[in-house]
Amino acid sequence: MDSISLIGMASIFTAGITIAIGAIGPALGEGRAVAQGLASIAQQPDETNSITRTLFVGLAMIESTAIYCFVISMILIFANPFWDHVIKAGG
Amino acid sequence: MDFMSLKEISPDQVVFWQWGWFSINATIAFTWGVMAFMVIGSWLITRRLSSGPKMSRWQNLLEVLVEGMRNQIRDISQEEPDSYLYFIGTVFLFILISNFLSVVPGYVAPTASLSTTAALAICVFVAVPVYGVMSLGVLGYLKEYVKPTPLMLPFNVIGELSRTLALAVRLFGNIMSGMKIVAILLAITPLIFPIVMHLLGLLTGTIQAYIFAVLAMVYIASATRAHREKEIEDKEKGEES
Repeated sequence: MDSISLIGMASIFTAGITIAIGAIGPALGEGRAVAQGLASIAQQPDETNSITRTLFVGLAMIESTAIYCFVISMILIFANPFWDHVIKAGG
Repeated sequence: MDFMSLKEISPDQVVFWQWGWFSINATIAFTWGVMAFMVIGSWLITRRLSSGPKMSRWQNLLEVLVEGMRNQIRDISQEEPDSYLYFIGTVFLFILISNFLSVVPGYVAPTASLSTTAALAICVFVAVPVYGVMSLGVLGYLKEYVKPTPLMLPFNVIGELSRTLALAVRLFGNIMSGMKIVAILLAITPLIFPIVMHLLGLLTGTIQAYIFAVLAMVYIASATRAHREKEIEDKEKGEES
């Protein structure tokens, strides 16, 4: 197998695996966080404002791990440096 | 009117005009657009302000925005918001407007480029020690790094750097992913679904602007907090004696 098809195959496979695994963890975490946040709002409706704000900030923190995985898979598919190098070297 | 093809993940790669080593790419051009929009807009609105009960609807909009930002900053920092409003408010409004304008056809949000978001994150990275030194003094601020023990020094430094990186990549990833999803859907189902994803993109754009500003405020507040806690302690001691 030549290097172009090897790199293409590895990049696409890795991009899929990256976003798949990277979506599982944050999804579980965000589910827990939202469930807990809703329970707290139900218990203390007066504190809705500060609970919602903290919840949003926390969700963004959790979500950023998924975003990192997404950025990595985007780079692998659209801006893969190894792919560009091989294409350039091959002419 | 589409400057970016599906294969480009950053508007930095779209060069409008080049002269020697000096080039103007889509990020710079649209950042200038957003800046001009904000400056001209606020100049037009604040040209004739009224303090009476009758005011223009645009003045009302600006008052709601500024008052909302002041309230949020007051909630988070537990201090008077005036010294923070300039920085946090500017960052928030810039991100918000550059995300909102993405409904304009042909516009590419400058926040979809890692350069813009990295610049904003570096501003926060610089603002944290500036505000910290302003309230604690140089030694007092540097002392925060060796708390609770000097063993934590490398972790505190790494934490400072990694949260800057996280700020930049979070904003970039969210806006860029929204743009890419719309572009991919345009190729597959061009009728209704891109509009729905655009709506979702507006929502994420607002939330990301809010989160960026809140996180910047939280970081700054954590750098100035020790000072305030000490002040409160002193006041309590003074009341006791």
